[in-house]
Amino acid sequence: MRCRPLLGLLALVYLATVLAGFLSPEDPAAQHRELAFAPPTRLHFMDAAGGLHLRPFVYGLAWSAAADAYAEDRSRISPVRFFVRGAPYRVAGTFSADRHLFGTDAPGPLFLIGSDDFGRDQFSRFLHGGQISLFAGLLGAGLSLGVGIVLGGLAGFYGAWVDETIMRVAEVFLALPWMYLLFAVRMALPLQIAPADAFLLVVSVIGLIGWARPARLIRGVVLSATLRDYVAAARSLGASDVYLLRRHLWPQVSGIALTQGALLVPQFVLAEVTLSFFGLGVGEPVPSWGNMLAGLQRYQVLSSYWWMFVPGLALIPVFLLYYALADALHRRAAGFPV
Amino acid sequence: MRYLCLRLGRGLLVLAGVSILSFVLAEMAPGSAFDEVRLDPRISPETVAAMRDRYGLDRSLPDKYIHWLQSIPNGELGFSVAFDSPVGPLLWPRARNTLLLTVPATVLAWCIAVPIGAWAASRPGGAGDRVTAGATTVLLSVPDLLLGLSLLVLAVRSGYFPTGGMMSVGFAGLGSWEKAKDLVSHFFLPVVALTLINLPVLVRHVRASLLDVLEAPFIQAARGAGIPERRLLLRHALRAAANPLISLLGLSIATLLSASVVVEMIMSWPGLGPLLIQAVAARDLHLVVGAVMCSTALLIAGNLVADALLYAADPRLRARQA
Repeated sequence: MRCRPLLGLLALVYLATVLAGFLSPEDPAAQHRELAFAPPTRLHFMDAAGGLHLRPFVYGLAWSAAADAYAEDRSRISPVRFFVRGAPYRVAGTFSADRHLFGTDAPGPLFLIGSDDFGRDQFSRFLHGGQISLFAGLLGAGLSLGVGIVLGGLAGFYGAWVDETIMRVAEVFLALPWMYLLFAVRMALPLQIAPADAFLLVVSVIGLIGWARPARLIRGVVLSATLRDYVAAARSLGASDVYLLRRHLWPQVSGIALTQGALLVPQFVLAEVTLSFFGLGVGEPVPSWGNMLAGLQRYQVLSSYWWMFVPGLALIPVFLLYYALADALHRRAAGFPV
Repeated sequence: MRYLCLRLGRGLLVLAGVSILSFVLAEMAPGSAFDEVRLDPRISPETVAAMRDRYGLDRSLPDKYIHWLQSIPNGELGFSVAFDSPVGPLLWPRARNTLLLTVPATVLAWCIAVPIGAWAASRPGGAGDRVTAGATTVLLSVPDLLLGLSLLVLAVRSGYFPTGGMMSVGFAGLGSWEKAKDLVSHFFLPVVALTLINLPVLVRHVRASLLDVLEAPFIQAARGAGIPERRLLLRHALRAAANPLISLLGLSIATLLSASVVVEMIMSWPGLGPLLIQAVAARDLHLVVGAVMCSTALLIAGNLVADALLYAADPRLRARQA
């Protein structure tokens, strides 16, 4: 596949999480304590009297002890409306708004993919959680790639002791199984922190541990490029280091760096998910895909409520997109016909 | 032999580097295991200070490091505050349990990956190749966490396998045959999870290295001499591809050790992973350092095994030495 459509699809996924406030019917922290672990709400078109409604509607739910399950209260219908006013939210932390793409009239909340243990709308939390998890991976990859390019470039370009020092340190980072490294770096940072800081913390942890692999890769590319005749020729004609780096070495590096970046993002999204899953990343009440999955550590949740798996399942298509993108970028950089 | 000694020396140097890195990280860690003790009004500040002194928390970094180094020869590797015990005796059984998962998973993954990779490489672009490529891509995209959890759901639903831990409750009272059966039923799921996590990368590498070799002139010559395709692939190409594949062994062990943290945690297998996470949450710095060192040592040992295999398998390497 070509790069453009893949990039477009990924951009759509990210856009959906940026617009989480608008696309989700509820505030991700709003609780319906009486509706814990409610299954996905059923949409109806036909009411109890047999009348057909063009506008879909839902029934309110109530726990029925006799059936040991949630039962619909068919006495009142809650029509689904579009562009309704609801809980206020902010888009990208700046624009305030309170219009939601869809919502229902009282009483029935519409849980598209069920609710969690506090009766919070899983769909709203899923979109907001994607904001944290997907961007943590993206920013973490950007950070470690940036550090990797700078250090790898320096090592490859200047050689000698610069190369020796940077590569020895990189070797130490690479010698650790990376999950252990992740937790070791996590140890160096405060345990209890506000959720907003936790996001930055997770990104910086990821950035700190990830630089070694891209650095080693880019060092190799730069090193082999500096040995080329055209670089030697440019140098003998008096080209400055900056010129050489920008004009002759960057074009060699950029394609490989992008490919590497596309491979790093899934790994780093997973790093955030893993940290938060084990309670060492972004914490409640802010949703992230990791802490949303954390409920599955309980036996009862694991075996009974399939919708609690949704954040984990959503990772699969996202990762597939990234791997396909890495493949396409690799082909483009290697000059294969695309 | 000199080659292996060189690798061993390099491994030890890296291990020393890792120990320094983890000590620097531990030094940066804010808070200590005594933070909660300090909040307790019944315990006087003097007592806390005395405890800090006893565990050497107020020493300077080089001093701490030297102290820690001195505790290595007697197998202590520092002192765990949370468990009130030297770190060494806490680590060994955990490391053994982790090996109990990773070694069978490595063997199993390789036993499956080599035939599948060879099958895919035998007809590049064919139906088998495309199916394998698709399957490995999908499997690669399934997060470790999700794979572990799904297997656990399977265990819960089917009821065939225990859902966690390493032994059943009445383990001590069982006969040796029952003991073995109990252990196997407990480690079946984590081993399957680790194998599946490792498999896609291995299959792809086996395929790629075989394809590389299949283009070599000596294969063309052998094909021209009328050696059947199957024999060509399995005897000639696979042997020549041994070099890149054995080098991959080290990488696959790194992946396995990382994945085993998550899998052990989910399936409550008492390995190094749960110990590490527990230690991070308890601010037990020496224990974190110990677990990190232990995992690195396992990885380096795995790489050494790979080097030894490479040395045995590749006559060119031996010739270069002589």
